[in-house]
Order: sequence, then C-alpha cells, then structure tokens
Amino acid sequence: MYDMKALYQAKDVADAVALRLQHPDAQIIAGGSDVLVQMREGKRAGVELISIYGLDELRGVRLEADGALRIGSLTSFSHITRDPLIQKHVNVLGEAVDQVGGPQIRNIGTIGGNTCNGVTSADSASTLFAYDAVIELMGPDGIRRVPIQEFYIRAGKVDIRPGEIQTAVLIAKDSYENTHGHYIKYAMRNAMDIATLGTSVNVRLSDDRRTVERARVAFGVAGPIPLRAVHAEELAAGQPISAELAESFARAVREDINPRDSWRAAKDFRMHIAVESARRAFLESVKLAGGEL
Amino acid sequence: MEKHVTQYQTVHFNLNGRDVERTVDVRASLTDMLRNDFRMTSVKKGCEVGECGACNVLIDGEAFNSCIYLAVWAEGKHIRTLEGLLGPNGELSDIQQAFVDEAAIQCGFCSPGFILTAVEILESGKEYTDEELRKLLSGHLCRCTGYENILRAVKKTMYRRLGKPMPE
Repeated sequence: MYDMKALYQAKDVADAVALRLQHPDAQIIAGGSDVLVQMREGKRAGVELISIYGLDELRGVRLEADGALRIGSLTSFSHITRDPLIQKHVNVLGEAVDQVGGPQIRNIGTIGGNTCNGVTSADSASTLFAYDAVIELMGPDGIRRVPIQEFYIRAGKVDIRPGEIQTAVLIAKDSYENTHGHYIKYAMRNAMDIATLGTSVNVRLSDDRRTVERARVAFGVAGPIPLRAVHAEELAAGQPISAELAESFARAVREDINPRDSWRAAKDFRMHIAVESARRAFLESVKLAGGEL
Repeated sequence: MEKHVTQYQTVHFNLNGRDVERTVDVRASLTDMLRNDFRMTSVKKGCEVGECGACNVLIDGEAFNSCIYLAVWAEGKHIRTLEGLLGPNGELSDIQQAFVDEAAIQCGFCSPGFILTAVEILESGKEYTDEELRKLLSGHLCRCTGYENILRAVKKTMYRRLGKPMPE
C-alpha cells in the first residue's frame, strides 16, 4: 500500500486539466517510477495523486504537418527506442533513453515524467536540450508551447502552471534534419544507475562532409539543470573536420559548464569527463554523419 | 487528525489467461493485489522501489516491476505471472526447466522475476548476443551470485526455441 490520501484518474486530457484545477495540491503521476518511489521514501507521503497513466492519446511518436517530430508525453522509454521515426530522425534520443535504469524501468518510465521532474541527470534531457526541443502543455487556456531551455527553471522546478499537464515533446524539422548525434552516459554501473555526467552531441555536416555546418552539445549534471555549451558550438560551426577541431571543441565546453561536488563525483572529475565525453561524442557524431578525419 | 476515507475501485483484467475482477483499495500496488487477492506468491516483495526486479510481471507482453505500478492501472490489461507458465498438470515450461538444469537458482527469490523477463526475451523470437542478453536481464538482482548460470539458461532456451545449436 502506498501512503496516499486520494487518487483521481483522468479520463482524458480535458479531465486531467479539470482535476488539476479542482485539486491544485495534488501530484501528477505518469508512469510513477519517480513519484511512487518518493512516496515509499516518505518524501511525498500522504499526497493526493492525479493519474494520467491511462491517457493513451498521449502515447506514440508521429510527424506533424510541418515535419516536426511529436513525442507524446506518456511514450515509454522502450517505445521511444524502438520507434521507427525516432530511429530515422533522432536515433541518439532512442539510444539515450535506452540507458535509463533497467529494462522494466524503461517500460514504465515516460519522457514526460523524465522532463517534468526537472532533474539535471535525466537521460533524455541533455539530448532534448541539444535538439532545442519544445515542451507542449495543455491548460485551462489551451495549448502552450515553451522551449525546453525555458521549461527548466531550477533544479526540480519546471514551468508547469496551475491546471496544466505536459502533453508532448516536439523537435522541429530544421533541428533534426540531416543531423547525427551521440550520447555518452558516465555512471558507475551499466544498469540501474544515475548519470554522473550525461553528454549529448549532434552535428550537421556540409554536403561534401568535410565541414561542420552546425554542432550542438548539451550536458546533464554539469549544472543544476541541463545546459548547452554554446562556446564550443560557435567554435566548431563552419570549421573543417579535424582531430584538432575535436580537441578545441571539447576544451571549449569548460567555458559554459558548472558542475558541482557531490557524493557521486567531484567537480574537477566532472570537468575532466565533460571534456573527454565531448571529444568522443563529437568524433562519433562526425563518424555517424559520414565525415572522415 | 483528519480521518482517512478508504477509496475503493473495481478492476477488471486478464490474469494468466483468465478474466478476473476485484475491488481493491486504490492505495494498493499491483504486487499487493496479485499476492493478497490472487495468491500469486511468485510475485515477490523485494526492494519495493523498482530496483531488484523480484516483483516483475508481464503486462501486455512487457516486463514491469509490479511494486511501482498501481493496482488500478491493471484495468483492461493482460497480466502474466510465473504461475501462468505451468502446464495443465503443473509441468514446468522449457525456461523453468532450463533454470533447474543450469543450476540458475539458489535461494529462488529472484527466479520468478528473471524467468518472466526471459519469457519476454524468448517470445520476441529474436536471436540476441551475450552482451544484449546481459543488458536485457540487467533489471534483476541476484544475491546468490548466479548471473552466469541464469544467462546460460536463457541463452540455451533461446537457441532451442530458434531451432539452432548453441555456439560454444
């Protein structure tokens, strides 16, 4: 038994919005792999829950009319990894969420829950930052779309307003088109562990595959919320591919990241693996894009 | 102190091939309901926070830790536990027999969870490498240090079902 005051099960998105307004203090529960565990720990004991887990309309991946990739907020990690559209357009996202927890967690955990939690270590978050994802929310006044960089306010706090629920994560066509990316999760164990550092890089090369048109890099656990390393991105844009470029790109990430000391790892160690991960993820992304060194 | 009003809900689902219904306290986890209301004692209470895999069951063919799954979410689902693998006269299934043959069991607490994940793996009909199998089995903890034998039991059954000889 969970220590729960009451459970409200939403029948559809409109009902979820109505329940949010009726019970402003209630906690939203999607897959529950964070919320239910926190209740067991006593952190959220005695709460009212609004369950949206049954809303199948929020599951699945499809292309919007403008070519944007739309990932329903309740799509599980394992379904994202197996989805043909994800594999074709943002394979790195499928690979990143395939490193969350273990197999059973990836069957219950949702991308909406992963982002709404607001934690910096979320395995989906760095890749979504690196692709300028847009978060879609439904509220009493209709749909609101917010860039993921603005959605994250501070550690554990995201921009969900009264009456709102997150309905989708969107990636614009210009963002994913003709890009290749790679994610590196640094953790102590291969399974059932939380990232000490997460690094997601993606590149778009010129037609002759000799020049970097655009490179993007984002980190988890390099600051209180996921973040982009724009100095490195600016440095690489328009530059010919070379091992030296990978080095200078990697060193430049230090300009933007701000990791901390924690029981999991020291700040200096995180700085070190951020540079090394950026270098490796950049080289792998270039390789995936067909570039040669 | 505010008095707690117990909230009940009737849940309809299919358990091991049989349509069932039960009225449950909404605070119950799926583990609670399967063990207490249906006596499915293969579903073990281990860590109860989704880390050890002892409570693993198959829901619509996918593996889930039933300790972090609300009982009321079972509505309309097809749920399988280890009890559902037995033949009509209590015969063991091939994967259970392989666990016995390979000594993949010591205390047995992790076995039902491991075996149901193995069922999901085997029913995919795919051939996996050792590395892939290790990853697919990584959501379970065995404290009797039986991982190698467990891997061998799953691998052996996979090759047998695929009709292929097991590589050395």
